Amino acid sequence: MSREVALTIDDRQVKAAEGERLLWAALDNGIYIPHLCDLREAERTVASCRLCFVEVEGLRGPVTSCTLAVSEGMVVKTRSPGVDRLVRTGFELLLSNHRLHCAKCAKNKHCELQKIARERGLKLKLTRLRSLLQDVPIDESPRHFNYDAGKCVLCGRCIWADQEQVRVGAIGFIRRGIARKMATFEDGCLADSICTQCEACVKVCPVGALYLKADELRLYEPKKKC
Amino acid sequence: MSGTEAVEQAYRLLQSEAKQKVEAGREKPVILLGTATCGRAAGALAVLAAFQEEIDKHHLDVVLTETGCMGHCYAEPLAVILKPGYPPLVYGSLDEGKARRLVNDYLVSDDPCYEFAMAALEPNDVFPTFADYPRGIYEHKIILADCGLIDPGEIGHYLARDGYSGLAKVLTTEPDLVIAEIKESKLRGRGGAGFPTGVKWETCKNVPGIPKYAICNADEGDPGAFMDRALLESNPHQVLEGLTIAAYAVGAEQAYIYVRAEYPLAIKRLRTALEQSQGWGLLGRDILGSGFNLEIKLFQGSGAFVCGEETALIASIHGRAGLPNHRPPFPATSGLHGRPTLINNVKTLSYVPHIIRNGASWFRSIGTPNSPGTAVFALAGKVVSTGLAEVPMGTTLRNLVYDVGNGIKNERKFKAVQIGGPSGGCLPESSLDLPIDFDSLQQAGAMMGSGGMVVLDEDDCMVEIARFFVDFTQKESCGKCTFCRLGTKQMLDILAEITRGQGKDEDIDLLQELAEDIKLGSLCGLGKTAPNPVLTTIRYFRPEYEAHIREGRCPALMCKDLISYRIIPEMCSKLCNVCIGSCPVEAIYTRPDMLKGIDPDKCVKCNSCVSACPPQYKAVVKLSPPVVEEVVAEAVEEGMSEVEQGSGADH
Ligand SMILES: Cc1cc2nc3c(=O)[nH]c(=O)nc-3n(C[C@H](O)[C@H](O)[C@H](O)COP(=O)(O)O)c2cc1C
Ligand code: SF4
Ligand code: SF4
Repeated sequence: MSREVALTIDDRQVKAAEGERLLWAALDNGIYIPHLCDLREAERTVASCRLCFVEVEGLRGPVTSCTLAVSEGMVVKTRSPGVDRLVRTGFELLLSNHRLHCAKCAKNKHCELQKIARERGLKLKLTRLRSLLQDVPIDESPRHFNYDAGKCVLCGRCIWADQEQVRVGAIGFIRRGIARKMATFEDGCLADSICTQCEACVKVCPVGALYLKADELRLYEPKKKC
Repeated sequence: MSGTEAVEQAYRLLQSEAKQKVEAGREKPVILLGTATCGRAAGALAVLAAFQEEIDKHHLDVVLTETGCMGHCYAEPLAVILKPGYPPLVYGSLDEGKARRLVNDYLVSDDPCYEFAMAALEPNDVFPTFADYPRGIYEHKIILADCGLIDPGEIGHYLARDGYSGLAKVLTTEPDLVIAEIKESKLRGRGGAGFPTGVKWETCKNVPGIPKYAICNADEGDPGAFMDRALLESNPHQVLEGLTIAAYAVGAEQAYIYVRAEYPLAIKRLRTALEQSQGWGLLGRDILGSGFNLEIKLFQGSGAFVCGEETALIASIHGRAGLPNHRPPFPATSGLHGRPTLINNVKTLSYVPHIIRNGASWFRSIGTPNSPGTAVFALAGKVVSTGLAEVPMGTTLRNLVYDVGNGIKNERKFKAVQIGGPSGGCLPESSLDLPIDFDSLQQAGAMMGSGGMVVLDEDDCMVEIARFFVDFTQKESCGKCTFCRLGTKQMLDILAEITRGQGKDEDIDLLQELAEDIKLGSLCGLGKTAPNPVLTTIRYFRPEYEAHIREGRCPALMCKDLISYRIIPEMCSKLCNVCIGSCPVEAIYTRPDMLKGIDPDKCVKCNSCVSACPPQYKAVVKLSPPVVEEVVAEAVEEGMSEVEQGSGADH
């Protein structure tokens, strides 16, 4: 068993296994930090979503908590004007390239973006930035799920599930810069690829990019009375 | 004989062999012609053929050698002629005709053709040397010193100039002492960030276990920079010696040179150099009998800018996509194949042999206390003498622009320098007396970066310059992380709107906020520095942004959407018609009163008429904000037939 260390997060004394990533240590103790790309099971964090900023005593400026290992006596603050400003901008940047129609989305109320907005008091609309959203088609080829690239936040969780968990290798990131996207090797339909439609990716997608057709249908069902 | 003596003796033998060969060549006239990429672009290969043909025609016993780049790119093709009994002379701006004349008049007869000569390389009574020009006063060449003067394809030339003596010295010294010397020299990495080289070496050496790796970063993706290319093409052994010393110091037996595939000549010359150093026992197993082994492999990079970032570079050698990873872990503790890996830039490694040969205190005596040594800049833009310049750290921008670069072209007014490439910043006239080193540039909001230096004049719009550089970084962003992928695109769109006159008052503050957040929030150095051009142009040229937004005016008259062209009646000669012929879209017509008019609907703002209008009239002017005069608009109708007549008569 690995040793435990004691640290302070937001003035609370908490314990965590030595070497654990700070992000997970906080979440395990019921302290929320916004995050999209990191998975507890992944061996190495990709640190690409840039939302899990915290302040750590002795370190300069906001740092990403997914890239820091906890250590004895560490003093952490999950909120500060600097952290809040970065999270607000990072969050709005993601929204600026996200098909925003929460009410009609299959992941409504289960979406990580909604959770971040709720936890941090952020608006689910663009306040300062221009929309960068292109009109991208939805891949409806799989039997039970769809892929809407217009909602993808490029967290890479689905790719991790595909490559590391079920070891199929059907999907990955293609292209660079603003054109970067999650797709099959040839940027074709999932059903035409080696995808086994095991739905491992759907389970990990934090937003409404990969979703079950069944969930989408529910929208058209009459609202339950109670 | 002790191990130390054996290594020293092995080196002395090699060197005397090399010196004999070089001395033997000295009795004949020698032509050293620069055929690096810059020389070739200016026609050096044709000049080479002309020299050869003329030499053959006269059956002369002359050594014609291809060398590298001396840094005077504005005067390429460039040759040095060494003729016994004469000072070594440098000839610039050569063509085939001049090459033939030099052979006929100088080598066959005895007229050194001073009219073509730029400078002599050694002090003499007849012709000035480079040191007699202002540029020579400020230049201090260490790593460029031999460039253009030695044959990069001949290891003997390097050995004869004490090349590899640093390596011989190091191989008989404890690695810790070598590292101590580099630390003592305070050498800082020339790859951009200026990290202390000795500290990096020490970290890498102190991580236990083998294997370790050493990598020379020759990716050089910055569009304006070509000094690493020049060093590899002109003096490849200097880099190899530095890399070998670095590998020895950290305990690596395997090294890579990561060079971009777009540098075929550098790759070719490196290959030759590697073969020769291997052949002379300076690379491979048991180097100089010291027991130290090193293998150096060339790795050709894909050429993406971000692949020069060290973690992306390592991913690329691993055969994965060249995407950056979070640091720590730093490569020095966990890099290639998860092993401790030393990564240094071409220039950094090129300084190493000199520091070992001449000592840390010699190095520290040049430059500033915290940034010792020299800096190599690639001067470009509106400066008279473009090219590579090596100056001590702490030289002022003014000296660089006006003395080394010989001032601004066409007597225009200086406006700014964009320093450090796309991730650098724009510094205004008030920074001209800033002594430049790593720290002062950082403070001013720019950075040393790759050493690219673009001089801008009054015709350059600072908003457009910022847009141009953000366009580059936005295209080169790997897209992995949120701030850089989406943030650079947001900045680009805002900047583009401002240059089109569609900016809003709040855009400047938004740009600044975004820029600051992208700097803090991005994963790698590309995103962390991409906002620099935006931040510095706002900081030093805010009124220019405001003019675009509030008045629809581009003060530099550069942004096409914010200017119009007009021909001033009082200045037009009425009879010359040159502008009409120069316009590619037939937007200029002759009015009934013989004056010229411009149809604003047809005009594509190509500036041809401005250049074409003869200097005695200078009748075409640019106006911002654009003015569409009604009189002119009416005249279009009336003038139509004139235009048709005029062009009809030509056929
Ligand atoms: C986007 C980006 C591009 C880079 N390109 C280069 C490059 O072309 N050459 C280089 O030597 N360093 C480049 N660097 C810096 C390297 O990451 C690394 O710091 C450097 O090679 C270390 O060598 P030094 O200590 O000798 O400077 C780049 C960094 C970034 C963030
Ligand atoms: S589809 Fe979902 S899981 Fe996959 S990268 Fe996009 S947001 Fe992440
Ligand atoms: S800062 Fe830009 S280039 Fe660097 S990892 Fe992020 S997206 Fe990629």
